[in-house]
Amino acid sequence: MSRTELRISGFGGQGVILSGMIIGKAAAIFDNKHATMIQAFGPEARGSACSAQLSISEEPIRYPYIHRPDILIALNQDAYTRFEPELKDDGLLIYEEDLVDLRPDQRPTIRTCGIPATRIAEELGRKIVLNIVMVGFFTAVTGLISPEAIREAVRDTVPAGTEEFNLAALEKGLRHGMNVSANT
Amino acid sequence: MKADPKGVLTGSHFIDGDHACAEGALAAGCRFAAGYPITPSTEVVERLASRFPTVGGIFIQMEDELASSIAILGAVWGGAKAATVTSGPGFSLMMEHIGLAVMTETPCVIVNVQRGGPSTGLPTLPGQADMMQARWGSHGDYEIIALSPDSPQECFDLTISAFNLSERFRVPVFVMMDECVGHMIERVVIPDPDEIEIVPRRLTDVPRGGEYLPYRLDGDLIPPMTHAGMGHYPHITGLTHDERGYPAMNAETQDTLVRRLCDKILKNADDIIEIREDGVDGADIVVVSYGITSRVCLPAIREARAKGLKVGWLRLVTVWPFPDRLIRELAGRVKALVVPELNLGQVYYEVERCAQGQATTHLVPHAGGAVHDPEDILRVIEEAAR
Repeated sequence: MSRTELRISGFGGQGVILSGMIIGKAAAIFDNKHATMIQAFGPEARGSACSAQLSISEEPIRYPYIHRPDILIALNQDAYTRFEPELKDDGLLIYEEDLVDLRPDQRPTIRTCGIPATRIAEELGRKIVLNIVMVGFFTAVTGLISPEAIREAVRDTVPAGTEEFNLAALEKGLRHGMNVSANT
Repeated sequence: MKADPKGVLTGSHFIDGDHACAEGALAAGCRFAAGYPITPSTEVVERLASRFPTVGGIFIQMEDELASSIAILGAVWGGAKAATVTSGPGFSLMMEHIGLAVMTETPCVIVNVQRGGPSTGLPTLPGQADMMQARWGSHGDYEIIALSPDSPQECFDLTISAFNLSERFRVPVFVMMDECVGHMIERVVIPDPDEIEIVPRRLTDVPRGGEYLPYRLDGDLIPPMTHAGMGHYPHITGLTHDERGYPAMNAETQDTLVRRLCDKILKNADDIIEIREDGVDGADIVVVSYGITSRVCLPAIREARAKGLKVGWLRLVTVWPFPDRLIRELAGRVKALVVPELNLGQVYYEVERCAQGQATTHLVPHAGGAVHDPEDILRVIEEAAR
């Protein structure tokens, strides 16, 4: 099937929605595919559970919701606990490895790829770009969108004046992802 | 006339329905908006507030929705194209001035990003339970126009249509979004300004100081307008008025005026009404839907077709005026009509009324706060098929 379904989840403030925006924009604007994103949030702002559903397809997307995602990006433990069970048996779990402990009985059919995105962002000097590191990692690990498209999407989305810093964070994530892909 | 290039953000954008709606307003020539921000419609006014200064427009954050809904009427009589944006309780507060807009024939656009109700209800979650309020919420007899987009692209396209229809028929037009469509993010393609058709305000050609009667007809049911500053000094009132605009509170004037207010919409209904359909010809069962629900019902229709049922998809892009004739004729050709909506029965009863017993009618209710599970729609399709 040409449609890939993705859920991104974490705390409000970790950049969940922006991650989805960037991946969706890369697909829909710069890779010329179709993408639909649904955001779920409560009346709270930071610190609460936050989740985005993103469908990417070669065909126009009519039904916008996701029940059994192909890919889960879990930025914290709660996201993993809550959404891992809905992941397809042959799905892909991408997780923040310093913030998520996988269960001992984690389904072996699911491919798991961890990255210390927050630590990498801190080493770069600003924790806030952890989501951009994650987006880079996602791009390299899945091959779902082209590196050129994701670079354009980051440049087009982040606040003016922060482009270079964000692109540096993206490259870190991309490189980390290429190493993981090479080793599996 | 073509769109003013100043307001048109030509290109491909990955934005939500609320932002797309704001861009539609800008492209349509809207240069005044007043609002009292309310979830899930806030992003519309946020974008208007930040974009208006670049095109010479004005956004005012008013003290409440009563003030917002009357400020736009003043702006229109001052010469602007204007809109207000709201949700839930804000829509309730606007009803008085929606009636005033109908009575004074003030073209304007009112966007309602529907959330769960009654009252403050579910601020961040969807509903489609304001459809009858859009139709009947203000007192008295009247006809209005309401459009229901099902994607961010349509939030852009139909907001332009809303402005065009409001100018053409001098009537408030509702863009009845819902939280899902408002917060859904997809590609929105904004064309070149010269590909966007804009209906300009039809103004009187009576010269400054000449004898202009604000409600004298000129060839059709919609009288030409004037603006403050054009030198006509019209009297505009919510009281029943004659063609001079003066109060004339008697049954005869009331009959002439109210019938014309209704007729200008009803006699042009075929021209106004827009629908989309798939597989309706030859279907035994047709699912009639609008807004987000028209996308949510698709897996149910696909599943039902896979089981051998002949199921059609009919989407109301225009909900008001209601496509009476279309539904009546359809009911004569099919076995059943299934209506899923995020309320406990509103548009369903219109479908039932128009079906006149020729086909069975089936509601798939949902109180709001989420969308339907397509399985629930499938179950009703299967029941209807028996």
